[in-house]
Amino acid sequence: MKILKLDDSDLKTLLARWYETRDLFSPVEKNGMAGWKRIEPLEFVEPAKGVPKTSLKTFFFPQPETLLEYSARPGDEGAYVPRPVKEKARERIILGVRPCDARSVLLNSLPFADDPYFKAKKDTTLIVGFTCKQPCSTCFCSWAGGSPMDTEGMDIAMTRVEGGYLADILTKKGEGLVDHLLDNREASPEEKEQLKTLREQAQGGTGSEGGPAEILKKKNLMDLYNAPFWQGLADSCINCGACTFLCPTCYCFDIQDETIKGKGRRIRYWDSCMFPLFTQHASGHNPRSQKVQRVRNRFMHKLKYFPERFGPLSCVGCGRCIRECPVNIDIREVMRDLLSIP
Amino acid sequence: MKNIDQKNPYLPYPGRIEAITIETEDQSLKSYRIILEKPEDMANWTHVPGQFAMLSLAGKGEIPIGIASSPTEKDHLLFTVNRAGVVTTALHKMDVGARIGVRGPLGNGFPVDKELRGKNIVIIAGGFAFTTLRATLIYMLAHRQDYGNITVIYGARTPGMLLYKEELKSWSQRDDIEMHVTVDREEPGWTGLVGFVPTIAGRVAPSPENAAALICGPPIMIKFTMPPLEEIGWTDDQVYLSLENRMKCGLGVCGHCNVGPVYVCKDGPVFTRDEVQKLPIEF
Repeated sequence: MKILKLDDSDLKTLLARWYETRDLFSPVEKNGMAGWKRIEPLEFVEPAKGVPKTSLKTFFFPQPETLLEYSARPGDEGAYVPRPVKEKARERIILGVRPCDARSVLLNSLPFADDPYFKAKKDTTLIVGFTCKQPCSTCFCSWAGGSPMDTEGMDIAMTRVEGGYLADILTKKGEGLVDHLLDNREASPEEKEQLKTLREQAQGGTGSEGGPAEILKKKNLMDLYNAPFWQGLADSCINCGACTFLCPTCYCFDIQDETIKGKGRRIRYWDSCMFPLFTQHASGHNPRSQKVQRVRNRFMHKLKYFPERFGPLSCVGCGRCIRECPVNIDIREVMRDLLSIP
Repeated sequence: MKNIDQKNPYLPYPGRIEAITIETEDQSLKSYRIILEKPEDMANWTHVPGQFAMLSLAGKGEIPIGIASSPTEKDHLLFTVNRAGVVTTALHKMDVGARIGVRGPLGNGFPVDKELRGKNIVIIAGGFAFTTLRATLIYMLAHRQDYGNITVIYGARTPGMLLYKEELKSWSQRDDIEMHVTVDREEPGWTGLVGFVPTIAGRVAPSPENAAALICGPPIMIKFTMPPLEEIGWTDDQVYLSLENRMKCGLGVCGHCNVGPVYVCKDGPVFTRDEVQKLPIEF
């Protein structure tokens, strides 16, 4: 695929063009903290640094999401027989996505591989990412298997350079967005070299081989499970669940039926393994009734269970959980503690 | 707009309740004979004994229930349901002819056509955990030549709390199954065994030679059944257990039923005791 050099006016023209047939979304700053909003082309501003407060998962795994619909009027033909919902076919482009968030979509695609709802949303969504120049104090993407210059999960990766952007066109869908510019905006060999250098400089983290995922995979499960520090960690946790809701790669959900005025829908919505009811049996028995069991489950799932099943950590190092935790629990410390278990 | 219906794992098959049997004297357990409404759904249905399905009541929700019918009973599905929450309470109030959705089959099931083939089979069950073992037993009786001796040890608190009473009677008249049905205490009119399942298992002392045990019941029963078996040489890899945990999706995604790295709904519910011993005790 090609690498293009776009100046600021090229980008403006492109956004206007994309907007004609697609919905545009990007982080919009409000009260000092950015959130994802639907925008008009002229509203787009490249985020200064860091990630928005909420993650990208809301686009692929909305809160809540209707799975099935049913009539709850007993007289209706097919009453109480659930039918599948119709998914929107209109494409959307998410702009200003950081490498960590783009990577989270790929990681979530692993457990949701056979999920038609996730897949339908992924099929109609394009990600135009913007690589990171300046890390925040809570960032640790390199340690989690990514990089500030990572392009995984993006259709186009924009990198700010003197006089505009270097746009790396990564997928067929991404190519479709810029097809009219492919022949007249190709970056020069020097510019391509510049991008390569930027990427190499951004490496040097503990990316894939020898990174935490590989090391933790080799450690004995029960040694990590029985580690001495879980209780101390759980003592300060207040089980608020903020970490799980803000995390781009926490994907636990509940399913409930909701009937309003004769119309019913079966919805799935975000749930959290931090909550005691999450595992409560109908008999009253609860296998994770203790807070320490729930805190341990969250970290073990991200750092040991998920890698054992799928390979990478279920963490992209965006640092939202560190930024928002009311009691300052830091997943980086938990990783260090786990890595130090022989 | 795109229709999501192709291979949608969240979409239940529409079904109807064809018959209801009150199983226990306290009426807490009823068996539902269910027919899938579309003939092709019923004809294409196939499962392995030990698998479960989500029973789906639109407006109430879904509940994971072990499939009590054998795949050899082709024209219907059987589910024995304990009344314990929102969905099961609603189900217990339903009548014959009512609509019900069935989503499944889910999970792995007992390896009846793999590891269990050619083995002497010991089925040990307590209380209402006999359901998927009924499916297994019916399946094995339909393929009787594929298995060695079949021994069944089944116990309930009282004679009135035993499931599938008519079938228990007919099985005990056969000479190709060794039946040991027991209740916790003496009761007028009961002429069968008296004693807890672990005690009876110790007395029956089934040989571990070329054998597999399928044990389903309350955790306390399983805990006390193991020592007498271990004493006569049974090892953990010969013992199959069926775990239960809270479930929502049944597809290994939603996160509710995980025990360490495994999902009871997808990797289980059937595990060897050997496999279970390597996991955190979160079930």
